[in-house]
Amino acid sequence: MFRSLAPPEYLATIDRVKCIRCKRCIQNCGWGVYSWGGDKVLIDTFKCVKCLRCYHYCPEEAIEIKDNPTRFKQNAYWGYNNIRNIKKQAETGGIPLTGMGSDLPYTILFDNLLIDACQVTNPSIDPLREPMELRTYLGKKPSSVKIEKGKDGKLKLAEPAPPQIKLEVPIIFSPMSYGSISLNAQKVLATAARECGIVMNTGEGGLHEDLVPYRKNIIVQVASGRFGVNPDYLNAGVAVEIKIGQGAKPGIGGHLPGEKIPLEVAKTRMIPVGTDALSPAPQHDIYSIEDLRQLIYAIKEATNYKPVSVKIAAVHNVAAIASGIVRAGADIVYLDGFRGGTGAAPSIIRDHLGIPIEHALAAVDDRLRQEGIRNEASIIAAGGIRSSADVAKAIALGADAVGIGTAALITMGCTTCGKCYTGNCSWGITTQRPELTARLDPEVYAERLINLIHAWTHELKEILGALGINSIESLRGNRERLRGVGLDSFTLDILGVKPAGR
Amino acid sequence: MVKIDAKGTYYRDLNKKVREAVEKGEKEIVLENVNGQYYIGDGLRAKVSITVEGVPGNDLAAFMDGPTIRIKSNAQDNISNTMNSGKVIIEGHAGDVLGYGMRGGKLHIRGNVGYRVGIHMKGDKRQGPTIIVGGNAGDFFGEYMAGGLLILLGLEGDGPIVGDYLGTGMHGGTIFVRGEVDGNMCGAEVGVMEPDEDDMKVLKDALADYCADLGLKLEDVMAKGFKKLVPVSARPYGNLYAY
Repeated sequence: MFRSLAPPEYLATIDRVKCIRCKRCIQNCGWGVYSWGGDKVLIDTFKCVKCLRCYHYCPEEAIEIKDNPTRFKQNAYWGYNNIRNIKKQAETGGIPLTGMGSDLPYTILFDNLLIDACQVTNPSIDPLREPMELRTYLGKKPSSVKIEKGKDGKLKLAEPAPPQIKLEVPIIFSPMSYGSISLNAQKVLATAARECGIVMNTGEGGLHEDLVPYRKNIIVQVASGRFGVNPDYLNAGVAVEIKIGQGAKPGIGGHLPGEKIPLEVAKTRMIPVGTDALSPAPQHDIYSIEDLRQLIYAIKEATNYKPVSVKIAAVHNVAAIASGIVRAGADIVYLDGFRGGTGAAPSIIRDHLGIPIEHALAAVDDRLRQEGIRNEASIIAAGGIRSSADVAKAIALGADAVGIGTAALITMGCTTCGKCYTGNCSWGITTQRPELTARLDPEVYAERLINLIHAWTHELKEILGALGINSIESLRGNRERLRGVGLDSFTLDILGVKPAGR
Repeated sequence: MVKIDAKGTYYRDLNKKVREAVEKGEKEIVLENVNGQYYIGDGLRAKVSITVEGVPGNDLAAFMDGPTIRIKSNAQDNISNTMNSGKVIIEGHAGDVLGYGMRGGKLHIRGNVGYRVGIHMKGDKRQGPTIIVGGNAGDFFGEYMAGGLLILLGLEGDGPIVGDYLGTGMHGGTIFVRGEVDGNMCGAEVGVMEPDEDDMKVLKDALADYCADLGLKLEDVMAKGFKKLVPVSARPYGNLYAY
């Protein structure tokens, strides 16, 4: 009898000559691919997700993970995943889940945008030897300021400035909750955020007490499940974020499977151990912009007016929605694009709902400028930021800062295998199994994440230097410094970008 | 005791006055002429008793941690939103989405309530919330319930005292409904059963406090039987996914 009519995606193979039977692969695999057969390692390749943990920990380089050559007949219309999902659905009657952002081959606009550089008529700047300013402040900027003379004769602001979040680099770590990722993974984010002078976001799973010392580098999130939200929590960080939606799953709620709810997660979220943590699709106290305003100010009243961010998924009408969010009193609008990551989403939702961040960002920035309210809130763009070039392009399209999630996880060992929802992550990132999470030493891996932020910082400075500008502020919304390649005129119009050569 | 006249006062100024009074160590505050001001007691952390005269606005006692608020008339929506501890007593009716994500403390309502009351309440061994509704409730009562205690009395109701989709998505906590429960009105995730002796003790303790707050007789309230509603599964959607 066949086990499944969906063949395994990968073939895990062991070179039996090289194998010294040390069993490290058995210990390292969180998926149960390997077991001990008495005289050799047995392989259940159906379970393999190609996360490469075994490969890296095999001392003899005896392991090779191949894409299964026995695939369905190649068909330009019926793709591999179409057939595979139908077979799985025929076997279970269920919804195929997935992790990470969508990997479907939709056009990637970032890859069709190129950045300008200086030649002859305008000098470029060498960032290694000249000052280069990346510091960014997130929050409401007043449209005018009143200045008065203080008692000491010095000039000062007549009215207090709206609260700001100071970032040394225009990058934050995107919300990933305790529960969806391990506490050690959150500690990596917190440690790196503190070291780099930026912030991490708790996601909606509450704040574990171990993270309290990092409070100056933390944004806390309030989502529809209201997990771990109490007055201490609201006041724990530098700002509070209301999560309305997520780019990977616009319009649907969250569902953290019971496998990822051990005692510590249950305590932090205040729900029973082993139940599925359900986040309702809407926040049931928000059915309108007026209702959103009500929650924004409920939070401001409870926090003595800390900045409030509102996170939405990029959807068709995103510009009008963002305008409403700003008018509702948000200090930050967090836009999460179609490619945004997730710990668990139905693949049908992830791959077919929402719009890419590039379109959304350009549309929102345009609309807020047209309405004269762009200064009222900062924009964070997220959802598939892969490199410092994406950061620069997003900022030129109008973002104040970007959020990175997947890129940060990749520094911790993630290979984007996309199986976060199972809770078996062999790298100890998206799991709560203690034997797996113990692998992720926060100090060791924080160093790697700090390295990434430093590397991107250098690259951003190089890009600015080539552009002949010495402050990220001069690139913000500066679409004149971008050109489109191979984009149609509608898309160029939406992006507010000229075609290359013009 | 200190009296604060809320007439014509913006909510931000009113709440500031309340916080200043609390900081001065006032233990009893009376808010007079309240007329729709939002966020009364929002995020307030103190052992203080506040009496509201007039109809307060939405999000009263949101994120509140400790105070006791008595409302001598009707109240509006979103009362006790994500409240952590303390007590809210409403002598009249109240609106929709009361006690959303409530984590502790008590919400005692004498009259009827609207839709989606007690949604996604939390609770564990350390603390848990209690909501008791004296009148009838609308649809989606106790939706997504993850913990705590929700009691519906229907004291004046002859007909059905609760709307449709009772306890839908429930995966923790307990609901007690006075009188009979029509299984067709319940969410698929809910099991209806007879309360046992331990349950009756829990009910009696909760209701004794409720009756004392609202001047009711416990014997009258307990004169009718109760049904107990609990989740049938800790993982109601465990089989929804293929892989």
